[in-house]
Amino acid sequence: MATFSKSNVPQFSVEVYQNEYLPEGGREVNAIVTVTATGGGTTGGTIGGATAGGMVSSASIGTGAGAGGGTEWGDPTAAGRADRGPDAAVVIMVDCSGSMDYPPTKMRGARDATAAAVGTVRDGVAFAVVAGTHQAKEVYPGGGRLAVASEATRAQAKDALRKLSAGGGTAIGTWLRLADRLLGSADVAIRHGILLTDGRNEHESPEDLRNSLEACAGRFTCDARGVGTDWEVKEVTAIASALLGSADIVADPAGLTADFTRMMESAMGKEVGDVTLRLWTPQGAEVVFVKQVAPTVEELTGRRMESGPRSGDYPTGSWGDESRDYHVCVRVPDAGVGREMLAARVSLVLPEAAGGGAPRPLSQGLVRAVWTDDLAASTSINPQVAHYTGQAELARVIQQGLHLRKAGDIDGATAKLGRAVQLAGVSGNEGTAKLLAKVVDVVDAATGTVRLKAKVTEEAEMTLETRSTKTVRVKK
Amino acid sequence: MSQMPQLPQLAVCPACAEPLEAGDNFCGGCGAALSAGPTRAHQGPTRYGQGSYGPASDDGQNSSGRERRGQEPGGRGPGGQEPGGRAPYGQEPSGRAPYGQEPSGPKPYGPGSNGQGPYGQEPYGQGWNEQGSAQYGQGPERQAPGGQVSNGQAPDGRAPYQEAAPGASAPFPPVAAGPAPEDYPLAAPAAGAPAEGGTPAGRGAGSGPAETTTGSGTDTGTSRGSGLGTGRPQGQTAAAGPADGVSDPREDVMVGGPRGRQCGACRVGVIDKDGYCERCGRPQPRERDHMEEELADVAAVSDRGLRHHRNEDAFALSAAALADGAPAVVAVVCDGVSSATRPDEASEAAAVAARASLTASLPRGTHPRQAMHDALLAAAESVGALAEPVNQPREHDDHRHHQNAPACTIVSAVVAAGGLTVGWIGDSRAYWVPDDRATRAARLTEDDSWAAQMVANGLMSQAEAYADDRAHAITGWLGADAYELEPHTASFSPDRPGVVVVCTDGLWNYAESAEQMAAAVPADARTRPLRGARSLVDHALDGGGHDNVTVAILPFPGPSQGAGSA
Repeated sequence: MATFSKSNVPQFSVEVYQNEYLPEGGREVNAIVTVTATGGGTTGGTIGGATAGGMVSSASIGTGAGAGGGTEWGDPTAAGRADRGPDAAVVIMVDCSGSMDYPPTKMRGARDATAAAVGTVRDGVAFAVVAGTHQAKEVYPGGGRLAVASEATRAQAKDALRKLSAGGGTAIGTWLRLADRLLGSADVAIRHGILLTDGRNEHESPEDLRNSLEACAGRFTCDARGVGTDWEVKEVTAIASALLGSADIVADPAGLTADFTRMMESAMGKEVGDVTLRLWTPQGAEVVFVKQVAPTVEELTGRRMESGPRSGDYPTGSWGDESRDYHVCVRVPDAGVGREMLAARVSLVLPEAAGGGAPRPLSQGLVRAVWTDDLAASTSINPQVAHYTGQAELARVIQQGLHLRKAGDIDGATAKLGRAVQLAGVSGNEGTAKLLAKVVDVVDAATGTVRLKAKVTEEAEMTLETRSTKTVRVKK
Repeated sequence: MSQMPQLPQLAVCPACAEPLEAGDNFCGGCGAALSAGPTRAHQGPTRYGQGSYGPASDDGQNSSGRERRGQEPGGRGPGGQEPGGRAPYGQEPSGRAPYGQEPSGPKPYGPGSNGQGPYGQEPYGQGWNEQGSAQYGQGPERQAPGGQVSNGQAPDGRAPYQEAAPGASAPFPPVAAGPAPEDYPLAAPAAGAPAEGGTPAGRGAGSGPAETTTGSGTDTGTSRGSGLGTGRPQGQTAAAGPADGVSDPREDVMVGGPRGRQCGACRVGVIDKDGYCERCGRPQPRERDHMEEELADVAAVSDRGLRHHRNEDAFALSAAALADGAPAVVAVVCDGVSSATRPDEASEAAAVAARASLTASLPRGTHPRQAMHDALLAAAESVGALAEPVNQPREHDDHRHHQNAPACTIVSAVVAAGGLTVGWIGDSRAYWVPDDRATRAARLTEDDSWAAQMVANGLMSQAEAYADDRAHAITGWLGADAYELEPHTASFSPDRPGVVVVCTDGLWNYAESAEQMAAAVPADARTRPLRGARSLVDHALDGGGHDNVTVAILPFPGPSQGAGSA
């Protein structure tokens, strides 16, 4: 069976970082699971088809700096669709509410950015453009369809964009539902949305938006961008979070083109969608939490879908060539000193092949627990776990600090943001440190001594809040 | 020790009262073994005793097969289960009779059926002892565990060694060597023979109950003590105790099949391809968790113990011959230094290297004492070589930032030509235990340890020194970072029959003095060294099993007759 046609599905490798040693009576096992996908789309995706089933089973078991067991293998059955070209559909949702005309550069910027994004849609990818106000309208191609990208359709789309004008309100939920309908009409593996807004979601209730997000979650992924400073950070980050995409601020409309281009390139780089993180835990164990911790902090605990005895799936969306880290914390039954237990098995799973088929594990890693009375062993903290515990705290204290600041609690805000400065410094998260420095005057980063700036631009504050979940990886 | 009578089908788990379903072999709640239910047939041929004992041995073997070297791989470990710890022997989860008893075969005795009788009867009579002996054709071991003689020979009648006349001359003149006790007479009369404290009785319920309750699983389960000593061979009884969901090194390895192997800990799940139970996450036992080996005149057992997650001890046995053709028996025992990296590799390398050195030099006529000295150096070299630049992070040593060179202790004994020679570095020990427990037992080695140094230098009393936290810090070891390699050797010429016990501190922590060790050694250890070694391992496990335990027993036939020529 060596004749699979080329598959663009990347190979996943899983590495586990942990201190597996628990003290007597210890139950909580922490591990950082690094998932890396390679050989997928961004490079053109020609890997995997050459050998039978595209297997790359060599594996990184137990080697690698401190890594636990892990294996990697490709997706043996992803073939079959490859000759149909890129297996993706994208819908761009552009805010066309009245506020987009103030200043007028905003609408122009959005139009240009959308045009640039359309220009980067690869041949063969299905796409559409939606204009969003208090309702959603198809801009291109219309008729409830998706266009197939080609030189001609891209040009037509750009033409259609010129007709975009501002006017009306904002009801983002309606945009998402239209995008979902459009994307649902395509039989593709990757469904992605790009959403641009400049204002608050004023023309529907928060519940409506929440319901729309729930309806769309798992059906497509979506990046969300806020333009200017009149939008609500929590709304935009909630959209990205629910739809497993990125959130960011584009304070200056002039920056939109570059950002849209990047987003689209990233979307085009996705080669496998609907990947889930499957977590098996032993009988009697309890999952304390599962978080994505790099490149951003994303809480996944509550998104578990039971997938079998003692195992549950957490959505991770679509993957291109990239690497993400997850922090898994499991409470296992105490087995006693001298015992060992598999505390968790983490695997990446493609739930169902298009057209049915059993879930396919793409790779897996093992999290172990070993009880010892050697205190030196059980008390040491794995550097990766420590690092990401710090990064998660960093995101949390920034959000808390900004909240307290808005609420007028200066002391509370100073304490939280001071702690954030300290954590960002220790962990080498320079991006966040710089953003923090626009909000506080740093007296001593090492001790977290800061003063709140008297004047802080909205942009600085919103940027910090939006990007608070961005993490850096462990300095190796 | 509570013994759980076995019923054909229980409504609730006798250990934790968890409701059971028909057909459960093990409690879903606590993992306790239930009635000896359906059993799995055994597949492979076994190492011991094939052929000589009829069908029973086949199965028994597989399950009990614990020997690792050169024999059926994976055939390890009988550790039974029991609350609080692993009962390495005796308990056969899943109702499979581990030793000697063939549940699935044509046997008339289903486990749990009548609860009787497998012992001592021909096909079933073989416990491990038989297995071992079957292969090597040694008489005494064939004795049925229950005290019956399966092959019809009285155990005593077949003492392999002549009882030599006491006082016979020593072939090796003692050669001076360091502080080692030189030439023990090893015969000093001493009263109060604790001899019969040995196996059967000493091990508690051992033979009695275990024997009579076969199939009803009284044995182990609740208490290691019960049925361990002698019970072990009858391990098939087991099956019942409230096993605590602790891994049983024995079974998984053996039960192949399309579904995979059943987990020894929860007895419900199946071992997946990673070697862990898909249900409870407990690992498949490792080969080294429990090892046994028996040669014609020597046997050794090594066990992970109850508090360590892997076995870092190792041993090596060999039969050799002197230049004149007289038989010699070699045992090497090593204890990996767990504060160093890869202690398990160190101990194994050292044991193998020392054995190789001895078996090469003894036939060339090298004096045993010199051969021992050379072997210790060879072992040191092999461990030192492990330190070489494997600059690869080790998964299991994650937490250790320092990369201590692999290190281990070593103790070895050679019995040949009516004499015995020991050699050691570190705190693993050799003891002399005469058959006649009225005479004095002796420790043959001096630890390279902080405590021993304190005592030797008169700075502390024995009791004080060993009570100190630093007592066990060793001052000599094999390894690249050993600052000074000082091999100790000594030769002895006992004037009467007995055994040499060669062991790691995992045993002697529970039988420190020679007298205590003598009390722990079964009276028939000389004629049944494997059983004796198992019994000593049990002694350590019963005491808490805080460390890996490794014991080798070398029978000493007595002077003048040449080495044991059984």
